[in-house]
Amino acid sequence: VFRVVRAPLYFGRRAFTFPPLRCAMASTPPRRRRLEVEDIGDIAVVNFVDKKILDEQNIQMIGDDLFRLVDELGRRKVLLNFGNVEFMSSAALGKLITLHRKLQAVQGKLVLCKIAKDILDVFKITKLDKILTITTDEQSGLQSFS
Amino acid sequence: MWRGNDSRALVFDRLASPQRPIPMGVAQMATEITITSDLAEARRVQSLIEDALQASAYTEHDIFAIKLALEEALVNAIKHGNQMDPDKRVYIVYHVTTERFEIRITDEGTGFNPEDVPDPTAIENLERPCGRGLLLMRGFMTEVEYHGKGNVVHMAKVRETSA
Repeated sequence: VFRVVRAPLYFGRRAFTFPPLRCAMASTPPRRRRLEVEDIGDIAVVNFVDKKILDEQNIQMIGDDLFRLVDELGRRKVLLNFGNVEFMSSAALGKLITLHRKLQAVQGKLVLCKIAKDILDVFKITKLDKILTITTDEQSGLQSFS
Repeated sequence: MWRGNDSRALVFDRLASPQRPIPMGVAQMATEITITSDLAEARRVQSLIEDALQASAYTEHDIFAIKLALEEALVNAIKHGNQMDPDKRVYIVYHVTTERFEIRITDEGTGFNPEDVPDPTAIENLERPCGRGLLLMRGFMTEVEYHGKGNVVHMAKVRETSA
């Protein structure tokens, strides 16, 4: 279950689906939505639609969507909420590091929050917990930008 | 292709253990499966093993660890070992007891030397996509050993608490 927020809920907070819905005339089939992005102030809060982040093709698309937030939509503060994610493998880690580097390069910041305890071991074993900012819940994640 | 306990078991044993057999405990209790180089089949193997672990009352923590190591090992076998070649197979033998889980995964690729894999935790390798799978397998399992030319991986996980 993921949040569907109708914009605007209240001042400073709006939500949109990402990638944007394609028009019916598009020749390629519409892409399945993988991310739910919500703007809280100047922070893009990203929820994953999938409970499992595994297949390479899927990860490629998630990566493309995340990079677009920075490269095309100019987001500088990105909070990834892993609350919905139950399983992920090493295949996804490369995308997170690239996103982290992209944001660093533009004086932005990436924060990860609500990572399940078992998945947190994935970050600890690979020592990515030393590089990435990880917080327990969304609220402390939002605060870590200020 | 989806086969369990089939005639390929004999072929598997010749392929998988050219030098020395890998002890799998009580042979009759080991389950043997042959799959094509298809990630969807790998997922089926994972869910089969998950069911077996749940039936033996392994903890959620252990099941997560084994599932993750399996994901990494099977993706390695299919993608790096067999190069997604639909004519190549992956041979799996696993064994669940109340004390430990053991698995041997054999692909038909050219193998590799695990020592050649660069340390993914080194700063200069952080953005490289490979190597973390092996690191995670070692982190989540009790034993990880490569055999033969590096196309056979044997992993074991000692159960964290008894039922």
